[in-house]
Amino acid sequence: MNAAGILQIVLYFAVLTAAAIPLGAYMARVYSFERTWLDPVLRPIERGIHRLCAIDPEAEQHWTAYALACLMFSLVGLLLMYALMRLQAMLPLNPAGQVAVAPDLAFNTAVSFTTNTNWQNYGGESTMAYLTQMAGMTVKNFTSAATGMAVLIALVRGFARRQSRTVGNFYVDVVRSTLYILLPLATVVALVLVAQGVPQNFDAYTDVVTLEGGRQIIAQGPAASQVAIKHIGTNGGGFFNANSAHPFENPTALSNLIEMTGQLLISAGLVFAFGRMIGDRRQGRALYIAMALMLATGIIVTYWAEGAGNPALSGIDLAATDQAPGGNMEGKEVRFGIASSAIFATTTTATSCGAVNAMHDSFTPLGGMVPLVNIMLGEVIFGGVGAGLHGMIVFVIVTVFIAGLMVGRTPEYLGKKMEAREVKLAVLCILIFPLSILGFGAVAVMLPAGLAGIAAPGPHGLTEVLYAYTSASGNNGSAFGGLSGNSWFYNTTLGAAMLIGRFLIIVPTLAIAGSLAAKKIVPPSSGTFPTHGSQFIGLLIAIICVIGGLTFFPVLALGPIVEHLLLGAGTLF
Amino acid sequence: MSIHRPQGVALFDGSIIRPAIVSSFRKLDPRDLARNPVMFTTGVVALLSTVLFARDLALGGDYLKVVGQIAAWLWFTVLFANFAEAVAEGRGKAQADSLRKTKSEAVARKLAFAAADEATVVPASSLRAGDLVVAEAGDIIPGDGDVIAGIATVDESAITGESAPVIRESGGDRSAVTGGTRVVSDRVVVRITANPGESFLDRMIALVEGAKRQKTPNEIALTILLVGLTLIFLIVVATLPAFARYSGTDIPVAFLIALLVTLIPTTIGGLLSAIGIAGMDRLVRFNVIAKSGRAVEAAGDIDVLLLDKTGTITLGARQAAEFIALSNVNERDLAEAAFLSSLADETPEGKSIVALARGRFGFGDPDPARAMTFVPFSAHTRMSGVDVWTGGDMVEIRKGATDSVTNFIAAKEGKTPGGVPRELIQAVEKVAKAGGTPLVVVRGGRLLGVIHLKDIVKPGIRERFATLRQMGIRTVMVTGDNPLTAAAIAAEAGVDDFLAEATPENKLDLIRKEQQGGRLVAMCGDGSNDAPALAQADVGVAMNTGTQAAREAGNMVDLESDPTKLIEIVMIGKQLLMSRGSLTTFSIANDVAKYFAIIPALFLVSYPQLQALNIMRLASPQSAILSAIVFNALIIIALIPLALRGVKYRPAGAEALLRRNILVYGLGGLIVPFIGIKAIDLLVAAFGLA
Repeated sequence: MNAAGILQIVLYFAVLTAAAIPLGAYMARVYSFERTWLDPVLRPIERGIHRLCAIDPEAEQHWTAYALACLMFSLVGLLLMYALMRLQAMLPLNPAGQVAVAPDLAFNTAVSFTTNTNWQNYGGESTMAYLTQMAGMTVKNFTSAATGMAVLIALVRGFARRQSRTVGNFYVDVVRSTLYILLPLATVVALVLVAQGVPQNFDAYTDVVTLEGGRQIIAQGPAASQVAIKHIGTNGGGFFNANSAHPFENPTALSNLIEMTGQLLISAGLVFAFGRMIGDRRQGRALYIAMALMLATGIIVTYWAEGAGNPALSGIDLAATDQAPGGNMEGKEVRFGIASSAIFATTTTATSCGAVNAMHDSFTPLGGMVPLVNIMLGEVIFGGVGAGLHGMIVFVIVTVFIAGLMVGRTPEYLGKKMEAREVKLAVLCILIFPLSILGFGAVAVMLPAGLAGIAAPGPHGLTEVLYAYTSASGNNGSAFGGLSGNSWFYNTTLGAAMLIGRFLIIVPTLAIAGSLAAKKIVPPSSGTFPTHGSQFIGLLIAIICVIGGLTFFPVLALGPIVEHLLLGAGTLF
Repeated sequence: MSIHRPQGVALFDGSIIRPAIVSSFRKLDPRDLARNPVMFTTGVVALLSTVLFARDLALGGDYLKVVGQIAAWLWFTVLFANFAEAVAEGRGKAQADSLRKTKSEAVARKLAFAAADEATVVPASSLRAGDLVVAEAGDIIPGDGDVIAGIATVDESAITGESAPVIRESGGDRSAVTGGTRVVSDRVVVRITANPGESFLDRMIALVEGAKRQKTPNEIALTILLVGLTLIFLIVVATLPAFARYSGTDIPVAFLIALLVTLIPTTIGGLLSAIGIAGMDRLVRFNVIAKSGRAVEAAGDIDVLLLDKTGTITLGARQAAEFIALSNVNERDLAEAAFLSSLADETPEGKSIVALARGRFGFGDPDPARAMTFVPFSAHTRMSGVDVWTGGDMVEIRKGATDSVTNFIAAKEGKTPGGVPRELIQAVEKVAKAGGTPLVVVRGGRLLGVIHLKDIVKPGIRERFATLRQMGIRTVMVTGDNPLTAAAIAAEAGVDDFLAEATPENKLDLIRKEQQGGRLVAMCGDGSNDAPALAQADVGVAMNTGTQAAREAGNMVDLESDPTKLIEIVMIGKQLLMSRGSLTTFSIANDVAKYFAIIPALFLVSYPQLQALNIMRLASPQSAILSAIVFNALIIIALIPLALRGVKYRPAGAEALLRRNILVYGLGGLIVPFIGIKAIDLLVAAFGLA
């Protein structure tokens, strides 16, 4: 660790917070249907879309109708994208002549982009036509992000409303999320990325002869537009196979900062928007602090672990100097160095983005455990756009339930009493996650089809498998690498894990929203446990870590922890 | 201030322990266990491990000794939890049984109709609602009911513990009688209001008997959370063999079972029902009967407390504080008139007037030659006084409310009422403003002045309200007084708000308004006109001395009829929730240490490096697993007293409470098992048990 690295981390948090607060205020206005400065341009477009799609903006939905709309919207999108991949050879905008995507890979990819996971068992430049990238990947990047945001807003309305039957209109919320938030932000970011050198064209791949006389095919295409939303919408699916480690996807230090900030921006802003929408900004601030503390801890541990390097490299000075980055540089871009790679790896897994600018597989055991643990904790450290905060609120419900009992009152959060129904649904949300990760993981390490994909045997291989199902279930999409995922077995099981991790959490979450909306709001008294203080923040973090820790400690012990201990003894994988 | 136990019963009394041990085994019945999912799971795996042990015994196994001990300790875990429940039930039953005895012996003398002379003797248990019975001096009242004719003194000590007999009479607010109480004098006819099995005694017995206990809403929610945690750990343990085999280890099933049981929240799972029963029992010891556990839990959530002024906030009786004579009247004359009119007045107010007059002017006993006729207070005239004969002249002295007295004067003079002297109005207002009750005194048609009767706020009540405020509860004083008087007393007593000139209707409106705002309201009442409000309130505590209608409407009955007891009820409700929350926290925090004991032990063969996680330095893998499971069982026994007594509750803000409980039960729960498991491991190693 050195001063420059620490400074980068501090700068990162400063930029993020400074950008998230005004964005939160703006988003709160958008979702409260208040006038925004973009209204003159966007309002007519929004009306046009409503008319075109026959959406009645005044017609609110019960949570069941809202959930059904969400599921149908996702299903139709999934099928369209599947069809697009299967048919791409016959469709225009395919200068590289990509062939139809295999059924299992197309299923996995369509699910992946529908669930905001963007797990990629394919290399973009070698598999997907430009049309597929644009009309499939890029469009799904917007709609899956908007879906997550809509679900969150329904939940927030559940808290804000009293004795209401409805939680909003899914279609209105999706249109508003896309039009007022995702599109403007993505446009700005795409333009800046183009300025930094990210390509945006329909050209065929360029065949060049290198200085050494070798031949290289340089892939390109409409990359900037997809890369922008990939980060803004916490999607993470790279245009190119190397994702943000690719010089065309992440060319400069500035583009790196923009991508790192972009992937947290909306998730962080939504936390502030939440505080505003429920009429108590301290509540949003408390959740922001809780998330930021966990994120900072993750970044520092990764930075420390990577900076310390590999003790097996005996006799080599691993200290960072002005000339040498020191530490563990395996799998990292020299352009970014250890601090930026640590921030990127931590933020991309804390949010459910999943873009990478370094190979997590090559991290030290502890450095690589941080991204894994980030996802295992439930993708609630900012998390995916919308999904992260609604996941966090589930943990808040469990926290206030236990804390509420300890102060001798029926637990309540934001004036809503947490009763059997909310606890049941929250427990269901929390339960889904270990079931999917550990269940699929256990199946994979028992079956030859699963074992076949593992590159490095031993604890490292276990981590590869665990990471894959964790990433899929958490809708993160980053890959640890080292696992050959493009097989019938992994395409199918990872696809299933993604669907489970997305929709089996969305439905109970919306049920919570419906149940809360119907309740009265209890005014706070001095007997009410305050949920904006340091005590609550500490307790919330403790509950998240204890639940996550207790669930995954045994497998972590067999994976990265034992690998770390073996590393100390000189055994490498 | 903390909750004290009024009737000390030793926590572990021999007479409770012995039947509890028997009952612990009886509760192994799967139908009983199924009520508690965590213990049911433990029971199932205990059975499984027993089968495994039997198999190993027959076919030979690697860890025969340890597997046998694991199976035994799993059964102990279940038995300890059953024992906790049985002890809690036993403590309540001890009290219920003595009540039950009075009940079973009772016979009833049933009447065909109210005025019937002939009664038929039937067993009390055969009475149904609507039956009429007669009870005379020496009889046990056979069932709950309303007095419809007669008046009697009744000894209710069997239920309330209060030895002084109370008066029960038909009509009015003292008509309700309770089965099992004894008539001391006179005769009453009672209409039975409760069917067999629904009486007070039955409810009291049912409340403390776990089997029939309904789970309360928060208990249900907590059970769901515990089931969720159990399922998570089931998933963890069920998938572990796959990961272990990949890593080159085959974990014996008995060890997996041990891991599962140490992880699932057996501590809180085992004590949950004991906590609930003990909470009810605590209430019963305070002589309060709740009709449901739900009501007790709701008491912990109360935001607003409605309290009647008289008898709750102020002493029932007012005290004379001052004589305010009109300007043309000598104060001594006023005092003397008041003195004479109150001599025969046995009410505390009357006595206080006499005492004040004596103190101020040294009046002696009146001349016995003077003939005096005492005129008692009547609801019709709303005045009391005395007719004094001096020679042949009669002078009427009267004291009463302003309008009654002025009406009285007007009637005497044959005029229409009106024209109250300005000076009198000022004097009356002055008294009212100070929170007192003005009594106007008139002698022979001439207004003399005003007696200031002062409401005496109960000593210590201010502090109790401050306590309630700390707990986040707003107190509202309800009084029939005018707003001026009410405001003065409210300020003196330190209540947060008041409802003046209260009627049953506006009391009901107030409750509805608070509930509309999302607040939970508690109140107590005794009269029939309180019944709608009692029914509307979230916690309605009816006074045992009240009418049957009130007792039916409320969801709790205070046998001692002490309205301030609401505060204790609230504290018991809170304590109930806190005990559950704290033990849940403790239970979850315990898991950390258990992981550090068991995980390295399970995988040590494949990965000797995992020894680094064995931070307790436990002797061997087998000993580590055994120690964890033994600790897990013993901690249930160790926490039974806490579960029965309840976590200590001190009125304080939520944050302070939470800080304390997290420190004690969260941090404590983290540290204690490290020490406990290590200690057990030392013993296990010393005796070569593993």
